[in-house]
Amino acid sequence: MRIPSSPALQPARHSASAPARALRRFLRLFAGAGRDLAPLIGVVAFFQFVIFRQPLPDFESILTGLVLVVLGLAMFIHGLETSLFPIGEDMANALTAKASVPWLLVFAFGLGFGTTVAEPALIAVAGEAGKIAAEAGMIEATPAAIEHWSGRLRQVVAVSVGSSIVLGVLRIVRGWPIHFIVIGGYTVVLVMTAFTPPEFVGIAYDAGGVTTSTITVPLVAALGVGLSTGIRGRSPVTDGFGMIALASLFPIIFVLGYGMVS
Amino acid sequence: MIGFGEVAADLVPALLQTLSDVLPIILLLFVFQIVVLRRPLRHPGRKLIGLGYVVAGLALFGAGLESALFPLGRSMAAQLTAPDFLGLAEGEIGPPSAYLWVYVFAAAIGFATTVAEPALITVSLKAEQVSAGAIRAFPLRLAVALGVAVGVALGTYRIVSGTPLHWYIMAGYLLVAAQTIWAQRVMIPIAYDSGGVTTSTVTVPVVSALGISLAAAIPGRSPLVDGFGLIAFASLFPIISVLAYAWTASWLLRYRRRIRRREGTS
Repeated sequence: MRIPSSPALQPARHSASAPARALRRFLRLFAGAGRDLAPLIGVVAFFQFVIFRQPLPDFESILTGLVLVVLGLAMFIHGLETSLFPIGEDMANALTAKASVPWLLVFAFGLGFGTTVAEPALIAVAGEAGKIAAEAGMIEATPAAIEHWSGRLRQVVAVSVGSSIVLGVLRIVRGWPIHFIVIGGYTVVLVMTAFTPPEFVGIAYDAGGVTTSTITVPLVAALGVGLSTGIRGRSPVTDGFGMIALASLFPIIFVLGYGMVS
Repeated sequence: MIGFGEVAADLVPALLQTLSDVLPIILLLFVFQIVVLRRPLRHPGRKLIGLGYVVAGLALFGAGLESALFPLGRSMAAQLTAPDFLGLAEGEIGPPSAYLWVYVFAAAIGFATTVAEPALITVSLKAEQVSAGAIRAFPLRLAVALGVAVGVALGTYRIVSGTPLHWYIMAGYLLVAAQTIWAQRVMIPIAYDSGGVTTSTVTVPVVSALGISLAAAIPGRSPLVDGFGLIAFASLFPIISVLAYAWTASWLLRYRRRIRRREGTS
């Protein structure tokens, strides 16, 4: 996940089109993505050489893949910071300043849905879940069936995050306390777990943590901060937080529901 | 280099797939820009190039995911559960205590990937400001990272022992509910959000591959029923540790003040 609120506080600076500056910026992002990966590589290397005392299997292809991951993440974040984040933040500010509540809610839903469908961590986990479901014989073991199943899973999660952002916006507008919603929500989760096939429980519980990541958090946080700054009597600190908590709760409920229905 | 040719051949369908992944958010932003705000887009060229980066980056990440992050998780799980390494006979199910290194590895991954997480650093600095000094940024980060470490380790213990996921999660949320009653009001949303903040894009694939492969490697466990859930643990336990830390910190502050006041009057 990326820094959640700093883009909202510091709008991306549009300096002159100096390619050297863009390159330097990109290199910094590349280094940043590498730094994100470093602790992981450190722990794996320690176990590989100190505990197992043998070379890492498939070392070459893993190394190639790690380079792709770092390069891909750096490009992804660079692209987000120059395109979607500034548009989304401008829009969140403009809408909270002047738009009607219904438009705001439509925007909130679309934002939650759209960012979740594009979330790399969810793409990864949904794909893996599809393969496991096929191996377990829950769905047909054809690539098309797997893709269909994981696509549907991602759509369910995306609808749930969209709904949670709608509720989050309503919560800020009306000033509802967050903990009643969260505790009530987990009570619903508990009851639903009893009626859901066990194959769905783990996936459902994981879906909550997976959705709140690189692209969802900064855009949703921008909306929360913009809203609570714009409404009298709300503080961006206490009310702007809490959106992510709802976006982690709703996917559990929706995926459990999906498991009960399918 | 092996792999690059195949990667390039995979890249075209991957790019198309990625384009359809990013399409909803792009459509939303453009439709709102034109229909609701009725304003032209500033710097359209630069933003178009940025979108190109988003799509290409996501496709590259996807390719790397398949060839690096998932295999990394799988390979660690396979080595940690190898009968030779555990000192077990082939197919023998050891007691949960035989898998000690699994828990150590899980805790180390959880701690190391969280403590340096940029998002967490921002959140903890903000929490220090809000709490008027009762919360300090670095101990807060430590609390979150310890929470993730304990969570992921306990999650792997659950996979090894085959106990139902919802017992742990529900017990955890009961604890959170109880802690919420005694927590300072400002800390509640911060603590709740810290759960979502910890699971980053590079950590999630490795941790979920670890869980799935553990469940596949341990006799009697099903990857589908037992393999998932580690991410849920990693999101829940930081809430508990942050609320615990906030409570301890504010209690200590009050305690010190009381001592000081007593010293002042006597």
